[in-house]
Amino acid sequence: MESESTSSSAPVNGNLAQTVDDLSKHMLELDEDDDLEVFSKDAMLTDASTFSASMPASPASMINQYKHEDQDIKDVFITVDCPENHVTSIETFVTYRVITKTTRSEFDSSEYEVRRRYQDFLWLKGKLEEAHPTLIINPLPEKFVMKGMMERFNDDFIETRRKALHKFVNRIADHPILSFNEDFKVFLTAQAWELASHKKQGPGLLSRMGETVRAVAASVRGVQNRPEEFTAMNDYVETFSQKMGMLDKIAQRIVKEQKEYLEGMKECGPVYTLWSGSEDQLVEPLKAIAGCIDNCCKVTEEQVAGLSENQVPILHEYVLCAETLKAVLRRRDNIQAEYESKVDALASKKAEKENLKEEIGRLEDKLECANSTLKVDWERWKRNMQADVRSAFVDMADTNMNYYEKCLAIWESFLTSQKTEVHVEKDTDS
Amino acid sequence: MRGSEILERMADSRSEDVAVIGNTDLSAADPHNNTMTEEGVPLLKTMEISVSEAEKRTGKNAVSMQEVYTVYLIETRPVNTISEGLSAAPDSLWRRYSEFELLRNYLLVTFPYIVVPPLPEKRAEFVWHKLSADNMDPDFVERRRIGLENFLLRVASHSVLSKDKIFYLFLTQDDGWKDVVYDTGFQAKADSRLKALNATFRVKHPDKRYTELKHYSDELHSVISQLLRVRAKVADRLYGVYKVHGNYGRVFSEWSAIEREMGDGLQSAGHHMDAYAASVDDILEEEEHYADQLKEYLYYSEALRAVCRKHELIQYELEMAAQDLVSKKQQREELATGTVRTFSLKGMTSKLFGQETPEQREAKLKILEQQIVEGEELVKTSNAECDEYVRNAWVDIDRFKEQKNQDLKEALISYAVMQISMCKKGIQVWNNAKECFSKMSH
Repeated sequence: MESESTSSSAPVNGNLAQTVDDLSKHMLELDEDDDLEVFSKDAMLTDASTFSASMPASPASMINQYKHEDQDIKDVFITVDCPENHVTSIETFVTYRVITKTTRSEFDSSEYEVRRRYQDFLWLKGKLEEAHPTLIINPLPEKFVMKGMMERFNDDFIETRRKALHKFVNRIADHPILSFNEDFKVFLTAQAWELASHKKQGPGLLSRMGETVRAVAASVRGVQNRPEEFTAMNDYVETFSQKMGMLDKIAQRIVKEQKEYLEGMKECGPVYTLWSGSEDQLVEPLKAIAGCIDNCCKVTEEQVAGLSENQVPILHEYVLCAETLKAVLRRRDNIQAEYESKVDALASKKAEKENLKEEIGRLEDKLECANSTLKVDWERWKRNMQADVRSAFVDMADTNMNYYEKCLAIWESFLTSQKTEVHVEKDTDS
Repeated sequence: MRGSEILERMADSRSEDVAVIGNTDLSAADPHNNTMTEEGVPLLKTMEISVSEAEKRTGKNAVSMQEVYTVYLIETRPVNTISEGLSAAPDSLWRRYSEFELLRNYLLVTFPYIVVPPLPEKRAEFVWHKLSADNMDPDFVERRRIGLENFLLRVASHSVLSKDKIFYLFLTQDDGWKDVVYDTGFQAKADSRLKALNATFRVKHPDKRYTELKHYSDELHSVISQLLRVRAKVADRLYGVYKVHGNYGRVFSEWSAIEREMGDGLQSAGHHMDAYAASVDDILEEEEHYADQLKEYLYYSEALRAVCRKHELIQYELEMAAQDLVSKKQQREELATGTVRTFSLKGMTSKLFGQETPEQREAKLKILEQQIVEGEELVKTSNAECDEYVRNAWVDIDRFKEQKNQDLKEALISYAVMQISMCKKGIQVWNNAKECFSKMSH
């Protein structure tokens, strides 16, 4: 399987058009290799309303390509670690070490080590979204923490963030299309000053504004004939978003309640110890109970940490993901709206027919591409989501089972010790 | 007996030697006893007792107002009929909580040297938020029923208390029991006893053992109160943790509707989350039983303290009697020898206004002699009373200590058993849930 990168190295206006061209090239190459049906523009022109999977070629070929890619061996390995504080005269921020190991030929070397800050990750995400508006890019951890800015430098927060960033880049590396993105390559390989200068390139402010204006206009206009499957996706995302939000809240609430339970338990042990000071025969069992309770408290602390570090962040990530999905669906709708507006314009206007036709053709390609990439990526996202959710809840079950097993052992050892006491007493009596 | 001897005696009573040399069989000697059972065998050995039911009643109270109250069914059956295979129906009667209180007050007054078993609490204390503080709440009534049965069993198995006639009648006489109790005249004693126990007085030569015991009862009371308070808080929070998991069940179910592959796994996992949330009710009900065991000893510590206080009172009265005797003897000496050793207003006035006539002095002396004889008698009986009390009380205190150690150790063990059960249930639920989660994708 070849791995042509969709290059965007030169500053060009209209990234979207460029992307479509690149992908078309991609598909044509595939078609030659695999003898698939060629995507025909003319065939699409007449009927703008039906975009089902049974339509000519290109969506199917895209899907085939995805399937092949998924079975590929992973050839980019990235770790994000070693957070460090950087202090300049203007600001303080944290950087993370990003190490890349790869066998891909596009990369000049097989190993890279760079330092990146959160802003750099944000930039990368933005560029990827620009280049692939209907691909689903998993969210970054949140920019700000509710509780206050000082939280930024708290160890737990940084560790949670580091894990999320590690996941973020690896998901991109695993993505059959995104991993070949040029900005991604720059992100992984460029030194600090190189990255800074690369960031300055790219579409100018005016062109980006133009994009935004068009997007707003399209969203205001609205989509006329949204295909059933995308409406279904919308409905799904609505419900998914709601349910994820609730699960996130539930998971956090459980952690909170368990912490309060722990605080209460911590007060119990000392009372039993205090009591043992007044007794003679009961000293030993009372002290033993105090010990058991203290040990259980330690186990509970471990359990709470486990839930907070593993399960809660995953659920939270998918809450953010739901927002990403909504944005992707919106962008797809906007592309369709733009296309539809031009078709309407063609119907009403008599002059400039040729130009409009050409534009319509271009937009049609764009829409077609957007729809098919979204559909395939949707399936990929769902598979990943299911795997993540499954692992998050399996981890939760494991954490809780582990917790109860440890507590069980503690209390069973207490019982054993008390039975021994009884036997000893019996011996001394007789 | 001379004053100095009494003081010696009192000094001696501090040592171990004086106490607990008498026999422990009080059944014959005790004038309060109207033995209804065989000598030396507690009632419980010959009679099966239970408090089997509770019912709501309505009626008119003392001020003719409608009230709702609960009555408890006391069932008794002679043991030998059971062993002989005759399944005789038990005798039964209904009693309300206030009658139990009356019985206990009678026992407290009649046997002041006994650590009398406590009743279950009058009002729900150390309540965590889900637990009702309402006396009419069925769970509270059920726990009270168990507590009342426990009280009766404890009294019936006590070598001294179980032989009391009033107690026997409480179990067997349906009508007019209250009148019988009041006829004993214990109320008068109860009032003075209450007054005495609440009064502040200082004993000059306290018995070290009783002082230590009083401190112990205070410490026990304080520590168990703390424990019950903390435990209630923890129960509240445990309840919260479990119940929040119930939300998982609901959301999983709703979410499963839109998921094709994950739907089944989510649904079945959700059921386990519901089961987990529901399981906390049973867990906490069992723990409430542990709390009740602690509460019994919380109230026992009060009974223990009362015994110590009663001892203090007797000691104090003895000291007062002895002191009074000493001062009377001194007065006699002064009168007889004409020397005034101690300053007194009388002495001063007689100096100022002239000495008494010999006849007057003679009269006074005679009165004093009489008082001294009475005083000596009083000291003698007080001393005997004190000795007897110390002896009897210490026997029961030893019995109580052993019972307490055994009961509390069992309670601690049962607490551990409860924790183990809770852990095992938890492991099972999460194991089941994990299986469901594992099936969610491939």
